[in-house]
Amino acid sequence: MQDQPTKDAFVEFERVQKSYDGETLVVKDLNLSMPKGEFLTMLGPSGSGKTTCLMMLAGFETATHGDIRLDGRPINNIPPHKRGIGMVFQNYALFPHMTVAENLSFPLEVRGLSKSDREAKVKRALDMVQMGDFGGRRPAQLSGGQQQRVALARALVFEPELVLMDEPLGALDKQLREHMQFEITRLAHELGITTVYVTHDQTEALTMSDRVAVFDDGRIQQLAPPDELYEAPQNSFVAQFIGENNTLEGVVKSLEGDVAMVHLDGTNHVVEAKAVNVSQVGERTRVSIRPERVETDPERLQDEAHTLNAEVLEFIYMGDIFRTRLRVAGNDDFIVKTRNAPDTVRLKKGETIRIGWLTEDCRALDA
Amino acid sequence: MSEATDTSGPVLAADGTPLKRSLARALRRQKLRALGLVAPLLLFVLVTFIAPIADMLFRSVENDIVADTLPRTVVALKDWRYDGGEIPDEPVFAALYADLAVAVEKKEHTRLGSRLNYETTGTSSLFRKTGRRVDDIGEHFQDQLEGLDDAWKNPETIAAIFAADPTAERYRPRDGVAAMLPRASAAYAKFAAFTESEGDVAAEEKPWELIYAELYADLTAGQGAPYEGPEAALVRAAVAAVPGFEPLSFKEAFIEVDDGWESVEIWGTIKAYSPRYTPGYFLNAVDMQLTPEGIERQDEGQRIYGLLFKRTLFMSLAITISCILLAYPVAWILANLPMRTANLLMILVLLPFWTSLLVRTSAWKVLLQQQGVINDIIVWLGLGKFMVWVENAWNWFGTTVGFIDPAMLVDFASNEGRLTMINNQFGTIVAMTHILLPFMILPMYSVMQTIPPTYMRAAKSLGATNWTAFWRVYFPQSVPGIGAGSILVFILAIGYYITPELVGGTTGTFISNRIAYHISSSLNWGLAAALGAILLAAVLLLYWAYDKIVGIDNVKLG
Ligand SMILES: Nc1ncnc2c1ncn2[C@@H]1O[C@H](COP(=O)(O)OP(=O)(O)OP(=O)(O)O)[C@@H](O)[C@H]1O
Ligand SMILES: [Mg+2]
Repeated sequence: MQDQPTKDAFVEFERVQKSYDGETLVVKDLNLSMPKGEFLTMLGPSGSGKTTCLMMLAGFETATHGDIRLDGRPINNIPPHKRGIGMVFQNYALFPHMTVAENLSFPLEVRGLSKSDREAKVKRALDMVQMGDFGGRRPAQLSGGQQQRVALARALVFEPELVLMDEPLGALDKQLREHMQFEITRLAHELGITTVYVTHDQTEALTMSDRVAVFDDGRIQQLAPPDELYEAPQNSFVAQFIGENNTLEGVVKSLEGDVAMVHLDGTNHVVEAKAVNVSQVGERTRVSIRPERVETDPERLQDEAHTLNAEVLEFIYMGDIFRTRLRVAGNDDFIVKTRNAPDTVRLKKGETIRIGWLTEDCRALDA
Repeated sequence: MSEATDTSGPVLAADGTPLKRSLARALRRQKLRALGLVAPLLLFVLVTFIAPIADMLFRSVENDIVADTLPRTVVALKDWRYDGGEIPDEPVFAALYADLAVAVEKKEHTRLGSRLNYETTGTSSLFRKTGRRVDDIGEHFQDQLEGLDDAWKNPETIAAIFAADPTAERYRPRDGVAAMLPRASAAYAKFAAFTESEGDVAAEEKPWELIYAELYADLTAGQGAPYEGPEAALVRAAVAAVPGFEPLSFKEAFIEVDDGWESVEIWGTIKAYSPRYTPGYFLNAVDMQLTPEGIERQDEGQRIYGLLFKRTLFMSLAITISCILLAYPVAWILANLPMRTANLLMILVLLPFWTSLLVRTSAWKVLLQQQGVINDIIVWLGLGKFMVWVENAWNWFGTTVGFIDPAMLVDFASNEGRLTMINNQFGTIVAMTHILLPFMILPMYSVMQTIPPTYMRAAKSLGATNWTAFWRVYFPQSVPGIGAGSILVFILAIGYYITPELVGGTTGTFISNRIAYHISSSLNWGLAAALGAILLAAVLLLYWAYDKIVGIDNVKLG
């Protein structure tokens, strides 16, 4: 669950703890190591400590315990303005009394660049986000998306090696958000910037990032590339948090290699599952199966697939897919997604069917 | 076709009335309700604020008193010109008698005397003295008429001549008497009106001497000859006798009463102030005066208002600046603390509001006086010598640079290095800064509260030091708060009265103290009004200038 500090780590958190009030730890034991050029997303529910981590990195909060290193140097004692970290704030924080161009020129001015250099860089940065014609406007005269792009340009204009973004797209509508997601990843890769991106939108996290760190309860629950995160969640929090997920609770009956037999609660069913997060017999566990990995067509069930009886409670037509709600082993919220193919059977309410899945798609996680 | 014309006509509401009209009706109801809601306050403001201000502005130019008290004199003076030489002639003095006789009976002549005394000293006593002896002039004629016939002594006889019904409670002129004895009957009418206003009956009261004098004038003018009516025999006898009466020169009579009447200055002043509206108060308020020769500067020793205005502006500015300097950090801290702590500290800021102004001002007296707490500490710390040095440096600076106000030269450390910090400008500035501080902190605080801390963070993340981030990012956004606070404090300070009065001594008083003096002690309300009007104009002017320079939209109170 932790990732090992590597030699070429650019950003490193080591056993970092943070408490605001001296009573509760907001960040409990943070270990994180990022290579140069990586796009890493911090994903987690509200209040899980994402912003706090970002603020510690930017230097606006100090870690209560532990080390933060940037390019191998500890930065706990470097004042914020010397860290050279670009930052995009959740509400953009564009200076309202300056024009767009002045906003962009500000970081260059404080670095003592000449006027002509400044103008050239400001122009280039504005063109980069397609805002070249808006230099003379005040932030209040821009739309949300335009402000967002200006904020991005301002964070990049002084060519920082590390850029932090705190829910920069939170205030935008869906279409604009998708467009900006694309713009941000494109820029980040083109310019080769190391990016730490905070969001609580999992789609955003999955589509944009090289790696995603799932935060909860002040810890990183899992740090992995998007596909791994989705397909191989390490614990039930991650399984629940990322994508849709069916859980069946039970007790581990036996453990053989990485295969666990789980006795489901309230039934006499025993299912075979991949032991991910269980270590001993008799332990309580949650079995997790993705809705699209459940097969409802008996003909397509493979021989070794495990099968169970299920009662159809609801059948929802969603266009590209069908979403069926079933009662399985006492769980009324068992969802199955099937592709809308010409030969797919449309189930009827009240029907009893047999469903099944592959053992490797069924993961026994912590309770 | 018909549809096309329909759509080009007025848009109709559902009930067929034009939409514009039904909208107007709906809005009118809304407006009326809004008006109803603000009406009590509007009325209150009108009665207690707008009306007094209008009245005050009016008073600063109003000058009815001369024309009302000396109506005939003012008319008679029309043709007289002040040229420093001749005093007016007999007809003017005759008119003056006629006016003064009435004014004295009504006891209005002293008021006029004090009014004209603002312009020419000595007028007050002249009028008072003349008032005591103006009867003598009329008695000259009364005595001669009474010598002719004792009947003239009887009020009822006189009443029979002039009144339609002498026994009636209320006087009514007898038909025709006004034509036969115009001046006397006019005088009698005034007498009757005055007597009745006192609650008496005219026919029972001793008539004014003025009536006899006017009767004499009528009779000598030959008016009495065709007289008919009651007491005709008496009047005809008088007509026959008046050419034998000893004549009287009013001019000589007045000069005999008080040779002040020989002074051409008095007459010049009366003439100069006879119009119903005068610029005189405003001229006085800017250290000028309206003299018979025209507009002149006030004598050197009496030029005080210019200095007072300058001092008021300068000290208000000093108070505003010290408020800004003290309030800014406090407001900043308050705006950046957690809400709970900020509210607690806010109570401390507001505490002065809940303490009596007098108590706070007196507390400053205790602190700042020569034997007060601060001086004791200075002496205890042995800083006396240092203070003497500070004083010398200050006064040297003051004399080389040249202060606006000589009162700023200080006599600090006269007494073993004890500072004189009260009853001077310093005391006033300290006490008023303390008193007005909340008015600066509150608008600043409410503006700073709206500046999110992320701006400063953003500036720092962009590479700015704390200093740069503050001046380039935070400060410009807090300017509206400074503006609002400054306007508030400056305008309050410029009109402040009680604190300068208590701790200002002679050098730390404001123009408002002078206004108060004229309102309550010298009773020169016209001058007080003119000073107030100038102060009001100055404030409006500054407000206008502020709007031009900073922009009034840049003022935020929250
Ligand atoms: N300045 C502060 N003082 C005290 N507690 C704070 C402060 N800032 C954050 N916290 C607390 O720390 C915890 C983590 O906050 P943080 O802002 O890091 O959450 P987040 O993951 O960014 O949430 P969100 O997704 O809502 O932005 C929260 O419980 C919050 O109440
Ligand atoms: Mg946050």
